[in-house]
Amino acid sequence: MAEQDSAQAYRIQGETGAWEVVIGLEVHAQVVSKSKLFSGASTTFGAEPNAQVSLVDAAMPGMLPVINRQCVEQAVRTGLALEARINEVSVFDRKNYFYADLPQGYQISQFQQPIVGEGVVHLDLEDGRTRAVGIERLHLEQDAGKSLHDQHPSKSYIDLNRSGVALMEIVSKPDLRSPEETAAYIRKLRSILRYIGTCDGNMQEGSMRCDVNVSVRKPGDGLGTRCEIKNVNSIRFVQQAIEYEARRQIEILESGGSIDQETRLFDANRGETRSMRSKEEAHDYRYFPDPDLLPLVLDPARIAELKAALPELPDARKARFASEYGLSLYDAATLTEERATADWYEVVVKGGGGRRDPKIAANWVTSELFGALNKAGLDLADSPVSADALGGLMDLLGDGTISGRIAKDVFAEMFETGKDAATIVEEKGLRQVSDTGAIEAIVDAVLAENQDKVAEYRGGKDKLFGFFVGQTMKRSGGKANPGMVNELLKAKLAG
Amino acid sequence: MAGILDLDLVAARDALRAREISSTELTSAYLARIEATRDLNAYITVTADKALAMAAASDEKLEKGEGGPLEGLPIAVKDLFCTEGVPTTAASHILDGFEPTYESTVTAKLWDAGAVMLGKTNLDEFAMGSSNETSYYGPAVNPWRATGDADTRLVPGGSSGGSAAAVAGWAALAATGTDTGGSIRQPAGFTGIVGMRPSYGRCSRWGIVAFASSLDQAGPLARTVADAALLLSGMAGHDPKDSTSAPLPVPDFSAGLEDGVKGLRIGVPREFRIDGMPAEIAALWAQGVEWLKDAGAEIVDISLPHTPYALPTYYIIAPAEASSNLARYDGVRYGLRVDGDSLAEMYANTRGEGFGAEVQRRILTGTYVLSAGYYDAYYRKAQRVRTLIRRDYDQAFEKVDAILAPTSPSDAFPIGANESDPVKMYLNDVFTVPLNLAGLPGISVPAGLSARGLPLGLQVMGPMFEEAKLLRVARALERAAAFTARPAMLEGV
Repeated sequence: MAEQDSAQAYRIQGETGAWEVVIGLEVHAQVVSKSKLFSGASTTFGAEPNAQVSLVDAAMPGMLPVINRQCVEQAVRTGLALEARINEVSVFDRKNYFYADLPQGYQISQFQQPIVGEGVVHLDLEDGRTRAVGIERLHLEQDAGKSLHDQHPSKSYIDLNRSGVALMEIVSKPDLRSPEETAAYIRKLRSILRYIGTCDGNMQEGSMRCDVNVSVRKPGDGLGTRCEIKNVNSIRFVQQAIEYEARRQIEILESGGSIDQETRLFDANRGETRSMRSKEEAHDYRYFPDPDLLPLVLDPARIAELKAALPELPDARKARFASEYGLSLYDAATLTEERATADWYEVVVKGGGGRRDPKIAANWVTSELFGALNKAGLDLADSPVSADALGGLMDLLGDGTISGRIAKDVFAEMFETGKDAATIVEEKGLRQVSDTGAIEAIVDAVLAENQDKVAEYRGGKDKLFGFFVGQTMKRSGGKANPGMVNELLKAKLAG
Repeated sequence: MAGILDLDLVAARDALRAREISSTELTSAYLARIEATRDLNAYITVTADKALAMAAASDEKLEKGEGGPLEGLPIAVKDLFCTEGVPTTAASHILDGFEPTYESTVTAKLWDAGAVMLGKTNLDEFAMGSSNETSYYGPAVNPWRATGDADTRLVPGGSSGGSAAAVAGWAALAATGTDTGGSIRQPAGFTGIVGMRPSYGRCSRWGIVAFASSLDQAGPLARTVADAALLLSGMAGHDPKDSTSAPLPVPDFSAGLEDGVKGLRIGVPREFRIDGMPAEIAALWAQGVEWLKDAGAEIVDISLPHTPYALPTYYIIAPAEASSNLARYDGVRYGLRVDGDSLAEMYANTRGEGFGAEVQRRILTGTYVLSAGYYDAYYRKAQRVRTLIRRDYDQAFEKVDAILAPTSPSDAFPIGANESDPVKMYLNDVFTVPLNLAGLPGISVPAGLSARGLPLGLQVMGPMFEEAKLLRVARALERAAAFTARPAMLEGV
């Protein structure tokens, strides 16, 4: 077992041998909610600067926070989806530090007693197996505002729209061992959050951000000293940052140095990490329980209600797709990563009176559709071909109206024009020819035109059979039923 | 006109309802009195125009037999309550020019009940002090003078010193205060008036500039127990905007005031008998016990064993919370800004200039006790002791209905006397802070004069949310004490 694992394990070769990378993630996920964690101000993205700021968010004198029930329930739902322990009593603390975009001078967060305890995320591996990554905790906290440094030559501007928006900080255990695994973890976490609608997972807009903890060690050794790379905002950058950081640490260790525990920044332009502040310079946040807020006490009955109301989650859906539709675990994982994709696929499969083959449908979705969308740079939501339309195409294929080859052309046409398959087949006369007489006439003509080749074939050159099939199909405009063409050719050439 | 100022809050209310006087007359008399007592420095801002407009509106309602329970009654507001469109300073330089766009819940309730706003009263900066001397706007002055020493100006106590001075000097019919460690009761005791701190959570903290969130509580300063009860009724009530406000109905605090203490058990805590307690304070306390006994109460010796730790505990927890609460005064969004070459420098310049010495001392103390390596030794330990203190009181109130103790260990001292010794100043709060740590209600009632002819208060403490019972005991004490002395400055007013 161990050998198999190590054969597959991600290792970085240094001068002194192979190194293992140990990664843990802190993901900040912006909670989907209408208003902020402790105020009534709106959370919509993209508003004019400082248009969504309440007196509480601006930390006016005498203002007090009041917890937003919806944000709490979103955190509980997320905890449940991560198979985690929900803490019926949790406490909000103040994390004190000065910065211009932090109006209160402290962030309200949860330090000692978070709302959600240990849980697990199951990663989908290439071979269909899964790997469990531990969740250490999930806590609720306020986001800070935004400093705009590019608006004035010597001053920074502050936008407080984001100030006070609810974040879930989801902390993994140091269970990740490669950049790819880390990417898979983020994708899976995002998939879960999007399934249950607690975070939109949009890394570009900053609604999901990662702090990456990286350390290296010789396989079998204890944990090394880690560095924390702050605020990495794409999966690709996370992978790059890990690779760079691991190599940097290996170089230091191999040249006899030691790793300083510190906070680092990832410079995406240069593809490298840079020191931000060392442990000595680390803030003393002076956490203490926020006296403006009572401990958060959850009603177990409400937790049970929220649990019962959770939608089918990616892992369950994947298992169901595999068993119900006979898909490979890999295909099932691909189709269920996004809830919208899985929904789309199921519309295809469940339409057509149950005659549509789920495996063929899966192929169409994962190869033809995804390929076309990818090429066109479109999301599934913007697909010119609807699930019903793809189902229609499959039905024409299934009842022999068109051939597989024609179907691909029809699909391309559908994708381009948005028309349905039946219309295209009708307009272009692409209906498969299954009339024996008509096909026989074509076969006869092909054989007559290529008598020399017929002789060669009969003389033993079997490979020419494909040539005759090709010629026949070509002459039929691709519409001849390929099975019948084969049969007729075999019969006539044998004669 | 002089007689009109002689009316206390309840009497003025009755006179207004009977149309014997108008709110405009009453309010004008107070505005004139405020002008006449400028040297008390009781007010930071006087809102004369607003007062007269509110009085006129009240008169219209009273004319029609309408109006709220406080209709037409002119009161003063401690300048820690945010008041819409009226400068709110917290007596700090750092809030220069700050005019809230919002009204604190407590003051909004008072105006809804018909009260008329005279202005904003002086206080220790951010309510941090026991003498009103830390105010950026200069000390408020006690209307009282020691016998034979008319020249020495005395402190009115603090932090609600301006409110106490205004009420005692008749420059307000009553006033709001806040009590974090004794800031209502101690100045009430020093100025010969009644001051009450309700249970934590009884009044909303929304819109009150925060000092120490887990200890701050608004309450009334007034001439009589009945006045305090009336004003408290206008201030109290659950507020969904304050997560720590109690979701409880507000009883009629004025009902049952005269029911007496017959059959009630009054506790006398032995730990309050501290070393070096002046004999006259001890004597007054003993007198108070006798009064209540004579009124039919049963006197019970009780123990509150953790009392000796209350003061140090308070001076850890309060500064810790303050250090965080005051972080928002950074020069970025409102108030004073003193520029610098960098953000950090701007912060340092603004906060260095904007905060006075006592506020800076407490921010430093609070930052220290919360910092890594010291948190367990100070803040965490203080929280544990706080729990023990609360338990002391819980256990005591299983045996007694109320507790009687002195309000302060001394009478009012001269301005400047304790300035150089913060710890000596902090000792003023020794009898008042335990209650704040326990979250309980307490009231100071004027009970006698010191040898120097200055008022002394006795303090009644009660169980959580039992303000009505507390007021009843306080009223019995008030009746027995029959404190009628007035500061010399009121002669002929």
